[in-house]
Order: sequence, then C-alpha cells, then structure tokens
Amino acid sequence: MTDTALTSSTLDAAQRDALIARLTALADDELILSHRDAEWVGHAPILEEDIALANIAQDELGHAGVWLSLRGDLDGSDPDTLAFRRDAGEYRSARLVELPRGDWAFTLVRQFLFDAYEAVLIDETCASTYAPLAEAARKIVREERFHLQHTALWVERLGLGTDESNRRSQAALDELWPHTPQLFAPVPGEESLVAAGIVPDLAGVQARWTPLVTAHLARSGLRVPATPSAPPAPRTEHTEHLAELLREMQEVARQEDPGTVW
Amino acid sequence: MVNAAAGATERVWAALSHVADPEIPVVNVVEMGIVRDVRFEGEDRVVVDMTPTFSACPALHVIRDAIADAVRAEGLIPEVRTVMSPPWTTDWITEEARGKLERYGIAPPAPTGEAGMGLIQLTADVPRCPRCGSFDTGIRNTFGSTLCKTIHVCHACSEPFEAFKSL
Repeated sequence: MTDTALTSSTLDAAQRDALIARLTALADDELILSHRDAEWVGHAPILEEDIALANIAQDELGHAGVWLSLRGDLDGSDPDTLAFRRDAGEYRSARLVELPRGDWAFTLVRQFLFDAYEAVLIDETCASTYAPLAEAARKIVREERFHLQHTALWVERLGLGTDESNRRSQAALDELWPHTPQLFAPVPGEESLVAAGIVPDLAGVQARWTPLVTAHLARSGLRVPATPSAPPAPRTEHTEHLAELLREMQEVARQEDPGTVW
Repeated sequence: MVNAAAGATERVWAALSHVADPEIPVVNVVEMGIVRDVRFEGEDRVVVDMTPTFSACPALHVIRDAIADAVRAEGLIPEVRTVMSPPWTTDWITEEARGKLERYGIAPPAPTGEAGMGLIQLTADVPRCPRCGSFDTGIRNTFGSTLCKTIHVCHACSEPFEAFKSL
C-alpha cells in the first residue's frame, strides 16, 4: 500500500457513515442471495449442481461476513447480530436478490447477472484508497471468477438448449432485468466515497457490466429487455418477499437470547 | 525484536509443519502457504500470521485453533492473526506439497498466470489425471466437495478425480 492509504481512524465522519451504508449494502446482497441459493440444497436438478450452488452460496455467505467485519471495524457492530437481529426495514439488500428462487433458469440467470456485477465491482474496488477494503477486494475477486465462469456457462447452456429452456431463461431475464439498475444506485453519501477513491463510481461499474452481460446473453440466444427509464427505488424499499425470507433465516437464532454462543 | 533464543523461531516453524490441513490431511499448513509469518514478541509470546485460503473456508477456525495449540505445546503463548494481504495463492503451495496432493489423488493447481485472467473465462486449464498421468481429462464440475476443488474425469482410465483450483 502507498503511505496515503486511508485507515478506519483517518476517515472523516461523513465518509465513515457512507462507508457503513455501502458495506451493509454489499453484505446484504450477498447474504440474501446466499440464502436464496441455499434453498436449492437437496432440490437441484442434478447432484453436481446441488454441490455447485451450495459452494456458491457458501462463498457469498463468506463474503457477506467479510463486508460485515469491515463494518464492525468502523462501528463496533457484530456480523451475526446484524444478520440475525435486523428486521426487513433495516436491511439494505437490492430487490434483485430478494425475489423468490423461481425455477432453475431464474436462479441461474439471476446468479449470472449478479456475479458479473460483483466481479466488476470488486475488481474496481481493488484500487480502493481504504486499505482494509482494497485488501478484502483483492482476496474476493479471485474467488468470484469461478462463479462467473460457472453461471455464464449455464446461461449459455439454457439459452441455447431446448425451446423450453430458452423460453424459461427468457422469461427469467424479462422479469429480472428491470431490477438490475438498482444495483448501480449509490447509497446516501456515496459521492464522498467516490471522490476520495474509497469506492468505485457505480456508473463506471455499470458501463463495464452492461456490455459484458449483454454480449453474453446475446451469444446465448437471449433477448435483452429494455432498461426502465424511471430511477431505481432506494435500497430501503424492499419487495414483499424479504420479510418472509428473514423470518425463516432468523427463526432459530431469534429463539435464543442475544449473545448466545453455540 | 530478536531477543528470543537462537533457533526459537525455527522451532515454532517446525512445530507448525506438523499441523495438518484439516480437509487434506496429507499436507500441512506451512507447505500450503497458509502460515505467512512467525515472530516473537518478548520471551515467550509468539505471533503467527495466517492467511485464509478461501475467505468462506469453514476449516479456518479449525486451522487457527490447531496453530495456537501447536505453539502452546512448545510452552509458548500464541497469538494467531488473520492477514488478508497479500491474498493467498495456490502458487505458494510448495513443490513437495504438490507431489503429496497428487499422490493423494488430487491434481495439484496449475500456475495462476494472473496476466491473462479475464472476468469471463470459459476454458479452464486441463489437469493431469493423478492416477494414470493422462491429460485426456474433462471437467465434470467447477465446484467440488470443498471450495478449493473441482471435479474431473479421466477419459484414459475412466477414473473420476478432484483437482485443486488455481487461485
């Protein structure tokens, strides 16, 4: 690292609050998507894919843990408490990851769109001036490559497979695509982070993501829907599905007193 | 600080070389490149830097505890720190450990060759079958029984096998 790198003690108060919001958004997307993927364990169409999706879910869960630990460095919060004791209104996940898992095509098309977003975002985050974030990004970017490789292959296989697999993949893409702009919407105060080089500019991330995914979708025989012109909803406005997901995910933890160690 | 007795650091490294990787017990945490640094702070306090292989690897807690136990067994007080930078790479796995992996039935990782690494890379390196040595192998799954492995099949001897991901 250069000697100008920022640490938790050299951030100003506004940067600190904005970074907490950004880390929470990163973590919540991975945590919620991880849960949706984990719903397939024991139900995937073939054993290999059961294993693959469980691996991906485990990776995303691990990454959520890394982001929440970085948040903990800033505000003293505990990752497990944040995961299991927050209600839907306190979550900052995007709608794309909250939607029910749907069929196999829906799950894989969503995972592809998200993996590509995460891979580009994390790749650019490697240059962060906030040293702990840059170090985590350099670690995680190497793992994400395996996700994208896997889900890109599945999109191609489903898109070019049978009429039925193409129809289902196209239906999934038509439903998912309008939710993608929210991934690139800044959190409150994010511009101060971008100005300080702490996080990449999401508009730039989107400019790399769009041609990457549209080219692959087109190669896979899928039609890219029109992007909605209305600005995306803030990450405080969730789908109706999040509360139900959290009820299940948090059910066991909430039967115990806070701080219980197993 | 170098006030520890001569050879004390080497002794800790030697002790750690007996700590097996919990998921692949034929190799140890030193030759896997997981232990990054050992240093004394005072007479009997030892700081061990370890680095996660995969950030979601569930064996990390087991490894951390096993490292601390090994230091304690030397009569020293351990502090195990997790360092993320530089990120762990399979290029740090020693030649000897690669041989052990292959004899154990896991194809060792190919050199990472970071330069040509694209975000969407559809053709992975072809591993050699650890059983018969043939390169006529096909990938069955880019994910395996643990986060660090992929599943392949050898077309020459028909044997399925696991390979270590190049990371």
